[in-house]
Amino acid sequence: MLSQIVNSTIGGFAVLALCVSMRAQTAPPQQPESAKNHKAAPAPRRDLSGIWAPEDTMEGISPRGVKTHAPFTAFGENIANNVYKPGDGPRRVPIGLVNDPLDSCDPAGFPRDLLFELRPFQVVQTSSKLLLAYQYQQVWRVIWKDGRDLPKNPDSRWYGYSVGKWADDYTFVVQTVGTDERTWLDNAGDPHSGDMRVEETYHRVDHDTLELTVKIDDPKIYTEPWLARDKMRLKLLPDNTEIMEMICAPSEAEEYKKSMANPLSK
Amino acid sequence: MRNKVLGVFIAAACFLAIAVPLPAHHGAAGYDMEKQLVMKATVTDWLWANPHCFLRYDTTDDKGEVAHWTVEVSNPVDMTKRGWSKHSLNPGDQVTVTVRPARNGAPIGQLLKVVLPNGQTLMGWTTTVR
Repeated sequence: MLSQIVNSTIGGFAVLALCVSMRAQTAPPQQPESAKNHKAAPAPRRDLSGIWAPEDTMEGISPRGVKTHAPFTAFGENIANNVYKPGDGPRRVPIGLVNDPLDSCDPAGFPRDLLFELRPFQVVQTSSKLLLAYQYQQVWRVIWKDGRDLPKNPDSRWYGYSVGKWADDYTFVVQTVGTDERTWLDNAGDPHSGDMRVEETYHRVDHDTLELTVKIDDPKIYTEPWLARDKMRLKLLPDNTEIMEMICAPSEAEEYKKSMANPLSK
Repeated sequence: MRNKVLGVFIAAACFLAIAVPLPAHHGAAGYDMEKQLVMKATVTDWLWANPHCFLRYDTTDDKGEVAHWTVEVSNPVDMTKRGWSKHSLNPGDQVTVTVRPARNGAPIGQLLKVVLPNGQTLMGWTTTVR
């Protein structure tokens, strides 16, 4: 009996080792030894320009939504449980019942563009602003850094109204208000209100690495502020990287719905 | 025989170990994760589109009955990185497809693999994205 247990345990480890080995074969090509030992150059002062992408592609895509969030208020809980019908995450419903606004090609909006399908994006920095151009849905947003205040009573926008400033030479902090409450926070149907305030922190660790933290402060929906991204690592891509087209076209989405989603839901 | 069983066990264990969530607006609950079908197929349409590319094909069973299938893969960006293009498949192509079918029996599924007329194999709905 004991030997059976020992054999099973050894077998289990062997399978695990084999799996790890096979997983390694599906991972991106290993860097040469010289590249591994390469130490990134120091971060430039007050500069975020370049093409950035999540170091872990799947973490950027986050198909099942945020890893965790603060408890819902009663109001938030009602929306999450009874109004939004996501196709993924802990409250997912059968595909025919999904009412995700992305399925009809509505804008992902802010901050869902940071919490779902975050793929390569370009930061263009001028003296007064940052322009962030995202691959997913091929949209861009402006972060003002000319010292202006946030608007007091902003009209809602899909991507909100953002101002940012340098907290130190390597840390840029952005505040955003005026988001559109029709958008979802993530792919799991976590809601937000129009009163939400979002703080993004971009910390440049070195020349090639940026850390992104996203804090959600929305007392209507969540009982306390919480981190939707916590120091997610972004890597700098070569400047000649082509940011590919990834556009939701309503006619294509409708064809997909007719050909795949509807038959799948019957 | 014992080796065959061991091989199936390792393959199944590895699949579970390396499986990651699918990059889509919806999960894969509608598909039968335990089942794979291999079919000789004639391509009728190949749509290079968001949120997912999909392939339409006809297949004929032993009794001569023709079934019209539609199967999906990921979006054009991810498929480009896996070596696919808008021109990978064309109407009339004779191919062999491996498909994970829908649970409800509808002729739809996830396209896992296709062998092209020239013998080239393209991997479809895999568990990783680069």
